[in-house]
Amino acid sequence: MKPQFTFLLVFAALAALSFTMGAVDPYYLTVIIFIGINITMATSLNLINGFTGQFSLGHAGFMGVGAYIAAIISTYLTTHGMSSDGVSGILVLAASLLGGGLFAALTGLAVGIPSLRLKGDYLAIVTLGFNEIIRVIIQNVDFKIAGTHYVGGARGFAVPQLSTFLWVYGIALVVVYFVENVIHSTYGRGFLAVRDDEVAAEAMGINSTRFKVKAFVIGAFFAGIGGGLFAHYIQYITPDNFTFLKSIEIVVMVILGGMGSTYGVILAAIILTILPEALREFSDYRMIIYSLLLIILMISRPQGLFGNASIKKFLAKWKTGTATN
Amino acid sequence: MLEIQDLQVSYGQIKAIKGISLSVPDKSIVTLIGANGAGKTTLLRTISGLIKSKSGSIKIAGEEITSCPAHEIVKRGIAQSPEGRMIFSNLTVQENLKMGAYLRKDHANISKDLDYVFNIFPRLKERISQAGGTLSGGEQQMLAIGRSLMSKPRLLLLDEPSLGIAPILVRTIFEKIVEINKNLGVTVLLVEQNARMALAIAHRGYVIETGKIVLEGEARDLAENEEVKKAYLGSG
Repeated sequence: MKPQFTFLLVFAALAALSFTMGAVDPYYLTVIIFIGINITMATSLNLINGFTGQFSLGHAGFMGVGAYIAAIISTYLTTHGMSSDGVSGILVLAASLLGGGLFAALTGLAVGIPSLRLKGDYLAIVTLGFNEIIRVIIQNVDFKIAGTHYVGGARGFAVPQLSTFLWVYGIALVVVYFVENVIHSTYGRGFLAVRDDEVAAEAMGINSTRFKVKAFVIGAFFAGIGGGLFAHYIQYITPDNFTFLKSIEIVVMVILGGMGSTYGVILAAIILTILPEALREFSDYRMIIYSLLLIILMISRPQGLFGNASIKKFLAKWKTGTATN
Repeated sequence: MLEIQDLQVSYGQIKAIKGISLSVPDKSIVTLIGANGAGKTTLLRTISGLIKSKSGSIKIAGEEITSCPAHEIVKRGIAQSPEGRMIFSNLTVQENLKMGAYLRKDHANISKDLDYVFNIFPRLKERISQAGGTLSGGEQQMLAIGRSLMSKPRLLLLDEPSLGIAPILVRTIFEKIVEINKNLGVTVLLVEQNARMALAIAHRGYVIETGKIVLEGEARDLAENEEVKKAYLGSG
């Protein structure tokens, strides 16, 4: 099946599913929405950490940048004559997400160019620092336009609710589709080559720095959009939503899913979003059990849920297997 | 094809290459032999742009490439098969080979060259969809050479193709190097510790010791040279 066709088919299914969401209990709906946003976050981080092999711990920073910029745009538009309902609401959200994504991508470029000379642990530390810088900056910004508060520092920022099931999953689908197709293209193999062996990649004529920066910028762009969706769903964002703990949560999804396996990462995003909720009945012991489960999973499957496998590779193996039998 | 003038390379304070000049004529095989730490790999990596030189010049077909970054040098028709092979271990054999053709725009010819590589290294064809990291040492070496051929190089830099490979495979690989040189007209600069094999297939040879050329000449003459025999061929 052609990938474009699969894309349309899945989108149609999501659209059909979105009509049933009105009947879903609001608590469950929130969990479902968070799963979708986490898929976007984890898949975009997987491009950086899994496919290009650059260990970034700052994904929540890009998410925060996107969330706040998108929220500023939508608040400005809705207080300046645009309605948040119907077509107008769709336009407002589209503009906000795009703005948030682009700004996050620019931030990714600004962080990426100087720091991607660093490798491994050093890069992780720099991106972690960046994440904290973003958080502290947001904490200290507060301004008013025409009587409306923007950003709101540590107090938080009220945002109109615009994100819907279809938006969240539509964008998750676009990110998955994009990353999968880039990675399996001739051009995209450059990312994998940089991950496997930077020197050999250079010797093949690949500008490895450029590929690393590209992965960073694309990953940041989608993280920014994910942040925008998040802000426009929970309606109230504070800098505490985007601490490095959030970054680590996303990194864990990527590692648990199997670095470089999109479908594994999606599965991990689903499991790791549901797990803390499902463990709520254990109240105080919840995080202990959660951490224990992570440790057990990591020991039993160090290569991640899916390891390096992809659906395409699996199908190829299956085909050659049946051909020789 | 390749002209190097008074090249100097340092790692920090340590001088690895102390003024080397050498030339590799078009369509020839030239070998660079020497012991561990003599600067052979450093020299190759400087040519392919992976290490920056301190002074001196490197020219390919008359064009100065001394300060070009590695990915620019590949565009000029120099391909390196790096020491220790440096296969993309998570990519399949086919994907590895296609990586070699990464900069090429003539997509129609790529599959033809892929066939050529499979023709000289049939073993690679058997392993076409296997991950590079799962190949044996010798197969990885074939893959590294095949991959460097995929960029359609004018000059092929081979770094220790015999390293860590079963002796029987070493012979095969050296035969293939001669074949590539003859059939494709690719100029080869071969760095080797296995001096006997290298001198047997090369036209010219250079002996390098602690960052300097100490001897040069026709490969045949070098193989007969008493000092070379004593130091590198283990006889005399």
